[in-house]
Amino acid sequence: MEVTKLESQEEQDNDLLQKNIILTSFDTVLKWARSNSLWPLSSGLACCAIEMMSAAAARFDLSRFGYEVFRASPRQADLLIVAGTVTWAMAGPLKRLYEQMPEPKYVIAMGSCANSGGPFADSYSVVPGVDKILPVDVYIPGCPPRPEALIHGMLELKRKIKNPEVARRKS
Amino acid sequence: MQEITGLFKIAEILRGILGHFLPDPQLVDICMSLINIGAIFTIISLTAVVLVYTERKVSAFMQRRSGPNRVGPGGTLQSVADMIKLMAKEDIMPAGADKWMWILAPILLFIPAAAVFVVFPFDNKAIFADLNIGIFYFIAMSSQSVLPFLMAGWASNNKYSLVGGMRTVAQMLSYEVPMVLSILGIVMLAGSMRMSTIVAAQQHTWFIVLQPIAFVVYVITATAEINRAPFDLVEGESEIVAGPFTEYTGMRWALFFLAEYANLLAVSVIATTLFLGGWNGPWLPGWVWFFLKVGGMIFLFMWFRWTFPRLRIDQLMSFGWKVLLPLALLNIIVTGIGMYIYEFFS
Repeated sequence: MEVTKLESQEEQDNDLLQKNIILTSFDTVLKWARSNSLWPLSSGLACCAIEMMSAAAARFDLSRFGYEVFRASPRQADLLIVAGTVTWAMAGPLKRLYEQMPEPKYVIAMGSCANSGGPFADSYSVVPGVDKILPVDVYIPGCPPRPEALIHGMLELKRKIKNPEVARRKS
Repeated sequence: MQEITGLFKIAEILRGILGHFLPDPQLVDICMSLINIGAIFTIISLTAVVLVYTERKVSAFMQRRSGPNRVGPGGTLQSVADMIKLMAKEDIMPAGADKWMWILAPILLFIPAAAVFVVFPFDNKAIFADLNIGIFYFIAMSSQSVLPFLMAGWASNNKYSLVGGMRTVAQMLSYEVPMVLSILGIVMLAGSMRMSTIVAAQQHTWFIVLQPIAFVVYVITATAEINRAPFDLVEGESEIVAGPFTEYTGMRWALFFLAEYANLLAVSVIATTLFLGGWNGPWLPGWVWFFLKVGGMIFLFMWFRWTFPRLRIDQLMSFGWKVLLPLALLNIIVTGIGMYIYEFFS
């Protein structure tokens, strides 16, 4: 181990400061906390919800990342996972759930139906993509996506929260 | 008898150091009181952070998962991240809420949860206020936590909250009775309601040996008192969203959560003190024994939570009134007769 002798009092003070004080910005801490504790609203619309449940179960274990806290009340949730086909009848309640969530809130569109309407895109009763009614952060393709894909999508959302500059605005 | 490791000795040393700097012994007393209050509040606020992490790890252990392991070493910073996030969330108040009641409810729930820590004997002589009605004080304070639930339920202006609040009152009031009666057996044996006397009476035989039925009744009623599964009808997600907490966001909801875990610690401490011999134990210092036993009790309560399904409200009420209450009464009668026979022969 290298032993350095510090000459002046000032250097000693500086050394003490560097060893004992961690400097960070408030923003960084908040981004770190928010990206590491995304609590999803336990809402499922169709078969994708089965995969969502599977992601939280023992085999895939969403809790490793701290995302397993499915809240029943939108007031305590951070993340709305639109898991399944959104019909126009369900669009109103879904939008209301989103509006009941406190800021900052995020939306993941899971599966083809939520992305673009999937096989029902031309139907009179199906919303052709949940981004027609809600601002979506991450799209997960698949019909239905595997639990790994959902976990990957949530980790992409984590990356997006940590580095907001990765998401470029469409010009 | 006690070595330097005892908490009381540490307090003595601290008092000695303070005596060097402060001229007046009264000032030293005030300083020591502040230090004690600080220590108690540190325990309460750290409890929630540590116990949430423990809860998630225990649940993972029960379900053969890994549990949180990405944030910080072994996932230990997970609760810290959750807490910071909750503090930075938007604060929403429902439009029709009864403003002051709604704001006061989480604070009022936290006060009794913190106040009961005054009478807990953490080690020999390490007790903030050794009241001669210690256990009575605990029961009186902890029963105050019924009202804030109803306040939260009423003030939220939400039907699920109101149903949850009413359920809480029914559940906590009816389980309070067998809990008090189960504790009564201990008070009869120890002949005192003072916490330190109760612990000292268990130097040779823990009261769990003499009062096994009381222990079982106490553990069941305590689980119901702190609203944990299988008695978590208060926030049964599948029926009433989140009960009285439905409309609370961010830090206000976190206060409810903090109080819930402080209560979990409180009932574990009481179980340790009354039934498991408190700080008594060989070789190790008293406070280590104390926290080992409390940890064991907390693990037991978590074990319950992750292995039992939730009861129906009618099953809950009939179990409390028709099974636990007669059992607790019977226990008192048997204890009284037993004590009489013991005195007769000795």
